[in-house]
Order: sequence, then structure tokens, then C-alpha cells
Amino acid sequence: MSGTENAGLQAIPNPEKATLEGKNKFLGFWFFLGGETVLFGTLFATFLALRDKVASGPSAHELFSLPLTFLSTIILLTSSLTSVFAILAMKDYKAGAMRLWFWITVLLGLAFLGLEIYEFHEYLGEHFGFTTSAFSSAFYTLVGTHGCHVLFGVLWISELMLQSYKKGITTVTAPKYYVAALYWHFIDVVWVFIFTVVYLLGILGG
Amino acid sequence: MALTSKDQVAEYVAKQRRRQELLHYLVTFASMIVFTVLAFIAVALRKDINDYLIAFFIVTMAVVQVAFQLYYFMHMKEKDHGFPALFIYGGALVVFVTVLAFVTMIWI
Amino acid sequence: MTTHAQSLAVSSQRKGFLHWLWTWITTVDHKKIAILYLFGGGLFFLIGGIEALLIRIQLAVPNNHFLVGSEYNQVMTMHGTTMIFLAAMPLIFAMMNAVIPLQIGARDVAFPFVNALGFWLFFLGGIVLNTSWFFGGAPAGGWTAYTPLATEYLGSGMDFYILGLQLSGAGTLMGAINFLVTIINMRAPGMTFMRMPLFCWTSLVTSALILFAFPPLTVGLFFEFFDHIFHANFFNTANGGNGIIWEHIFWIFGHPEVYILVLPAFGIISEVVATFSKKRLFGYSSMVFATVLIGFLSFMVWVHHMFTVGLGPVANAVFAIATMTIAVPTGIKIFNWLFTMWGGQIHFTTANLFAIGFIPTFVMGGVTGVMLAVPPADAQYHDSYFVVAHFHYVILGGVVFGLLAGVFYWWPKMFGRMLNETLGKITFWFFFLGFHLTFFPQHFLGLMGMPRRYFTYLPGEHFELGNMLSSIGAFGMAVGVIVLLINIVVTTAKGKRAKGDAWGIGRTLEWSIASPAPEYNFAQTPLVKGIDAFWKEKMAGNKKMTPAEPLGDVHMPSPTVIPFLMSLSLTLASFGFIFAANQAGKPHTGGLITAAIGIGLMLLLMLIHSIKDDHGFHIHKEEIMRIEKEAE
Repeated sequence: MSGTENAGLQAIPNPEKATLEGKNKFLGFWFFLGGETVLFGTLFATFLALRDKVASGPSAHELFSLPLTFLSTIILLTSSLTSVFAILAMKDYKAGAMRLWFWITVLLGLAFLGLEIYEFHEYLGEHFGFTTSAFSSAFYTLVGTHGCHVLFGVLWISELMLQSYKKGITTVTAPKYYVAALYWHFIDVVWVFIFTVVYLLGILGG
Repeated sequence: MALTSKDQVAEYVAKQRRRQELLHYLVTFASMIVFTVLAFIAVALRKDINDYLIAFFIVTMAVVQVAFQLYYFMHMKEKDHGFPALFIYGGALVVFVTVLAFVTMIWI
Repeated sequence: MTTHAQSLAVSSQRKGFLHWLWTWITTVDHKKIAILYLFGGGLFFLIGGIEALLIRIQLAVPNNHFLVGSEYNQVMTMHGTTMIFLAAMPLIFAMMNAVIPLQIGARDVAFPFVNALGFWLFFLGGIVLNTSWFFGGAPAGGWTAYTPLATEYLGSGMDFYILGLQLSGAGTLMGAINFLVTIINMRAPGMTFMRMPLFCWTSLVTSALILFAFPPLTVGLFFEFFDHIFHANFFNTANGGNGIIWEHIFWIFGHPEVYILVLPAFGIISEVVATFSKKRLFGYSSMVFATVLIGFLSFMVWVHHMFTVGLGPVANAVFAIATMTIAVPTGIKIFNWLFTMWGGQIHFTTANLFAIGFIPTFVMGGVTGVMLAVPPADAQYHDSYFVVAHFHYVILGGVVFGLLAGVFYWWPKMFGRMLNETLGKITFWFFFLGFHLTFFPQHFLGLMGMPRRYFTYLPGEHFELGNMLSSIGAFGMAVGVIVLLINIVVTTAKGKRAKGDAWGIGRTLEWSIASPAPEYNFAQTPLVKGIDAFWKEKMAGNKKMTPAEPLGDVHMPSPTVIPFLMSLSLTLASFGFIFAANQAGKPHTGGLITAAIGIGLMLLLMLIHSIKDDHGFHIHKEEIMRIEKEAE
């Protein structure tokens, strides 16, 4: 089966949950996200406990800028929309459209990462390093963990898309695309709290 | 177009459903953008508004936005999502307790 | 010629051994992984036990010089860490792997690959932790690894603790997700949630607790790791850090961990007591309710480990009440076990002796738990031997008694041979009496003021008698364990072969198939008609379960070496980080490069696993019919 449109060949609705393996993957991945929720929750809690422990380093409202954060946010929110379009295309067995939307998602993810690297580079210039203060350690660990998740998501989705040229959309591959999209949305969920709790509350200084 | 066979009816229904789903996604996306913009505007107006009010407002915006993300983009509104919902809410509860402890019960 | 023939024979023998080793390294069969967990966990249980004996030798008499200062601290830390993470956890996973799929009528677990990965991560994590003995000393900061002691004053031992636990913790998390999905998605037709054996219920709740409790540990260990290796400031007070954060994080994990350990033991006890009383478990639905409630409450009580920190009267009061609340569902369970035995035909097998011995022992641990939950009283008990006595009553008297009951009960199902009952009973009495002799006097030592974790005490403080009794008791338990090992060796060599329904009075599905279970578990998926499904069929006059499907080919996953290689690459990364740590300045580059190579290999293996589709293989109908006939 080539990677081109393979509708009609099998019109099983919801191919991501058509087999027991698919159902297991779907449920197991949600549970994994439940664990990730607690993982990020602990990072957030620690950040909140240490957010004004700036030692001799700069504080949040001296560092953060609204426009940059806004741009990152819009990029990541848009990538969430494109990945949901990809899944919609997948359910229609439109492999080409799915790949297009997922590749756009990957590009947006890369753009987000680029902005994050630029941002961290700026901070380093302002003598705000990983070891500067308890606040800086907590900030880089929380935002950096999220950044690592974005990076992993980019690599994961790219790898799946490269495979999809050969393997197409089947009951074996569909669960993989589906959970990769779930992962991407989850990254976005975490970012919503990061821009609110870290950046906006930080700029607020309250 | 006259709908002659059963297959065609099913296809038509499926197509309508897709169209509706697409509409949902676009509405969700638009509202997420609106919530984000509102939160940013609130912070930009920090000189004029009470800080605690802004903090409350932007955290509410985040929670609502995440609910949209979970229920529409991650399909938690669909059936067969009982266990996913249970475990996400379970995780959220643990996070809530943890955050509460860390903002009230850390020394110094 | 002869030499050639000999060398050929040797090489074929070696090939035989290598082949044998290969099948175990590459297995994805949950029954084999159960055996791996049993022996991995058993090995670390023996190591932890030897460490316990060393501690008791040192404390047998006052002013002893057997094991002093840092050496004592290392042995004490490793005893606690090993017993919790490397003995109790894997032994619980051994039971879950051996039994859960059989009890719910499934042919396999949901994620065989992940299951294997979970085991290898645990095992290699344990190895990483224990190699610390050979590289500048083991961790010495206690199993709780409180900062700043653990991060700033104890040298490289703590790096082994951090990375060893990180590895085995990741393995545990994967195992938990596997069992959650297995229990929810793969039950046989008719096996509704409220018809599941109680061990499945407690394992389900335990897996959920692992899912929520291990991520905080992961995060906390990362903080210590960053502080220690990259000089971050999470716990460095000079730059605004705060050690209380570690205490919170550790106990947000650590308290649910106690229930993670004890709930499966509750499940085992429920199975064993019901089977050997020849009665249905009393109050099944209240048992389920109590299990879920304990799981929920376990996240609301962690501050009772921190009453003396000084978090204020409100915090202490709230958590004291929450802690005492847990006694209610636990009490429900105790009474249900007693009522199950009431009026039953009790068979005093070794498994049941451990279960019956568990009940009063665990009640005692529970009562001291409620005493410790009272904050003003806790100020007196805190960090004394009273606490040591309390948690050994719940973890040894609770979890380990439960596990030993489970081992004796399910051994025939796992290995196809019965353990010797006479030797078993000798084990039980040595272990049971030795246990109480060891830990009962420690309550009084604690109340008399003997502090926990000190390596010695002075003569004339009235601590001599209690400590001597305690040390004698510890050797009593050691005798019990040695008899168990002899039992295993003897019965493996020439023990009685076990029938499918090994005890003759089995109630649940695992007894409806051959012992040991065939690779495909069930030739035909059984149709479940009620609680204690197999018992129900037997009462209806049937020898076997009613099948829910016709006999057909069974699809199985292929064995794979990737989980083992993944664990090896993460082990490499761990050693890289450990040797990168440099107290004085920047981390060593060589170590960091090694770590990067390890992580890169891990990503590569993930890619290979993603690209390579496993089509598995089929066991054909004729083959299944042949195996089933042989088993009869």
C-alpha cells in the first residue's frame, strides 16, 4: 500500500480505536498524561514556592517581556489547531492532508523552540543563569522541561510522518498518530499554565 | 441531490458531522485566542487594575482555555473517555493539593 | 579428535546456556517476567536482609565497634532503600505479573514490551544503586535523603541513590500503566469490575497510586540531581533555596508509597483467607470501597511525616485528622477478613498461616500509626525507635507477610510444583516469632528515648535488654528465610507436581488452567458468570470454565531484546552523570559525554522500535489442543 490516499480501501471509522492494541495505546497514553500532569504540577508548585527567591539575580518583571511571550503562545496555540486538523484528515484516510497539517505543526513547534532558545540566550546575557538563584533554577527547570517535551514532540511527529509515506493510515499506524497528537495538545495545555503562572503572574509581580 | 442508497445517506451524515466538528475546532481555536488576548491585555493594564483581580482573572482564563483544549481538541467530550477524564481529574486534584501546600506551607 | 568433540560439546552446552539466557533477556511473556521480578526482588531482599543483620549485630551490645559512623549510615541507608524500592516493589510486581492476567481471564498484558522494559529498568537501577559500594561508598543520607545533608555533605554516594532510583522509578511507572490498562481493557467477557478478584482491585488502585506518586519523586530526584551535579539552588539556602520543598515532595511520594506497597498485600490476604476458609470473601463490595477510599486518602496525609517541622497548628491538625480517617477503611478490611474466617473450614496451610499472622500484626502497626498521627504525641515519638517499630510492623508484618502468603499460595501456579508444607511451616514460625521478638521491644526502646539511625548507645541507659532481644529475633527471621531457600531448592529438584487447581479449593480463574500456565494462558477465553467464577462452575458440576469463544489460533507478541538494550543505554547515561558530578566546580565533560551517548542510544532504540512493526506469531489450534491434552 503506497502512502497516497487510501480511502475506500478500508472505511473503518475511528481507525485509532479499531483494534485492542489501539484501544490499549489510547488508554495507556491518557494515563501517562495523567502522570505527566502531576510531574508538571510538582514543577509548578516548586516554582511558585521559589518565584521571589531571586538572591542577587534579576526578578521576573525585570526579565520577561509581554510581546515575546505572546508570540510564542500564539504559535503554540496555532500548532494545536493544525494537529487537530491532521487527526481529522486521518479519520478520513487522507494521508496527504494529514501529513501536511502535521508538518505545519512540526514547523510551528520548531519556531517555538527557536524563540525559546533566543529568549534563554537573552536572559544569559542579563546574568540570569541556571545557578543564579533559586528562582532561576526553578524557572529554567520548569520551562526547560516543557521545551524538552516540545523537542521530543517535534522529533516524534517528524519520525511518524516520515514513516507514514510508506505505511499510510492503517489500524496499526492510526493509534500512533492519534496519541502523538494528544501529546502535542498536552504540551499546549502545559504552556497555557506556563504563560499564565510564570510569565503573566511574573510580570504582574504579585 | 437525491439520496438513493443507504451508503449515500451514511456518507452524507458523516460529512455533515465532519463539517460540524470542523466548526467546533475553529470556534474553540478562536475562543482560545480571545482568552489569551484578554489575559495579556489584563496584565498590560496592570497600572490601572488591582493586582489580585488580574491574577484571579488570568488564572480563570487559563483554566477555561485548558478545558476547551481538553474537551474539544483532545476529544474528552466524546464517549469512551470516562477513564481518561477520571485520571486527568485525579492528577489535577493531586496537583491542586500540592500547589496549595507549596504556597501555604513552605517555611521562610 | 576427542578434544575436538569435547570442545564441540562444550560449545553446544555453552550455546545451550546462552540460548537459555537469551530467552530470559528477550522475553515479553508476563509469566516469565513475573519470575524475573521474583528472583530480582528476592535477590535484593536477601541483600537488604544481610544489611539488616549487620545493623542488628552492631546494635546487639552497647558501645559496639562492628560498624561505626559512616559505614553504619551506609548500611542503614542501603537497607531502607533496598527493601522499599528493590525488594518490596518488585516482589509486588512479581505477584501482579504472575496472577493478574490469569485472574481476569486475559491471554497477555496490555503492553508486553513496556512490561519487559519496566523490569529491566528496575533491575539495572538496583544494580546502579548497589555498585556504589565499589565506587567510594554507598549513599549514607537515609532512605529519605533529606537536604542539605544529602546534597551537600555526603559525596558521590547520593548520586548513585538519585540515578539508581530514577531508573527503577521509571520502570515502576511503566509497570503501573501496563497494569491499569490491562485490568481496564482486557477482562474476559462477564468479568465486570464488581466481579474481579480483590487482588485485581487492589492492584488497580495501587497502579493508580504509582501513576500519581512516582512523578513527584522523579521531580524531587531531578532537583537533588541538578543541585548536586549542576549546582542549581533548589535546596541551597544561600541562594534562596529551601530544604522543606524536598521534604514535601519526598512525602507526597513517600506516603502513597506505603499504600502502594500494602494494598496488594491486602489483596493477597483477601484471596488467601477466602480460599483457605472455603468461603466467599465477606463484604466484597465494602472491601472494594475501602480500597478505593484508602487510595484517595493516601494523598491527603503526607504532612504527618513532618509534624515536627513546624508547619503550624492548622496544617498539623488537618493532616492529623485525615491520617486518623484512614483507620476507618482499614478497620473495615480487618473485620471483613475475620468474618470471612468465621464459620469457614479453615485450612492451616503455610500461605494461610502467613495471612492469619498478618491480621493481628498489621492491627498493631495500625494502632501505633494512629498514635503517631496525634501531633503533640508525635513530638515525643518522632525519630525514635517507636517509629522504627511502627513502620516495620506495617511493612514487614504487613507487606512482607502478605507477599510470603502470596508466594506460598501462587508458587504452584508459577512453577508447577508445590512447596513443602512442613518446611513452610518451619519458615512461618521462625519468621513470625523472630519478627515479633525483633520489633516488639523496639516500641519500648523508642518510648525510653532511643533515637533512630544512631550507630550505638551507651551502657547503663536500660537499652541493653531490648536491643539484645531485637538482634536475636532478627537472626530468627534469617533462619526462616534460609529454610525457605532450602524449601525452594529441594522442591524444585524433586517436589510434588502441582495440579491445575493446586489446592483443590481454588475459587478464581487462575486455578482453572494448568500449572504452570501455558504460554497462551487460556486455550479459550472463559465466560465469567459471577464472583469467584471458577468456584461457581465447580459448584455447578463443571470441571472447566465455560468458554466464551471457539478454539482457534492464538496470536502472541515476539520476544525482543530492545527493552534490555534500552535499559542498558539508560544505565550508561546514569553512570555518565554519576561520574560527571564534581563537588568543587563544573561537571566533568567526559561524564557528560557518556551520559549524552547513553541518551542518544536510548532515542535510537526508540526509533528502531517505532519503525519495526512486530507482527508477532501464532500458536496454532492443533498445538494448543496437544498442550491442553498433555496437561490433563
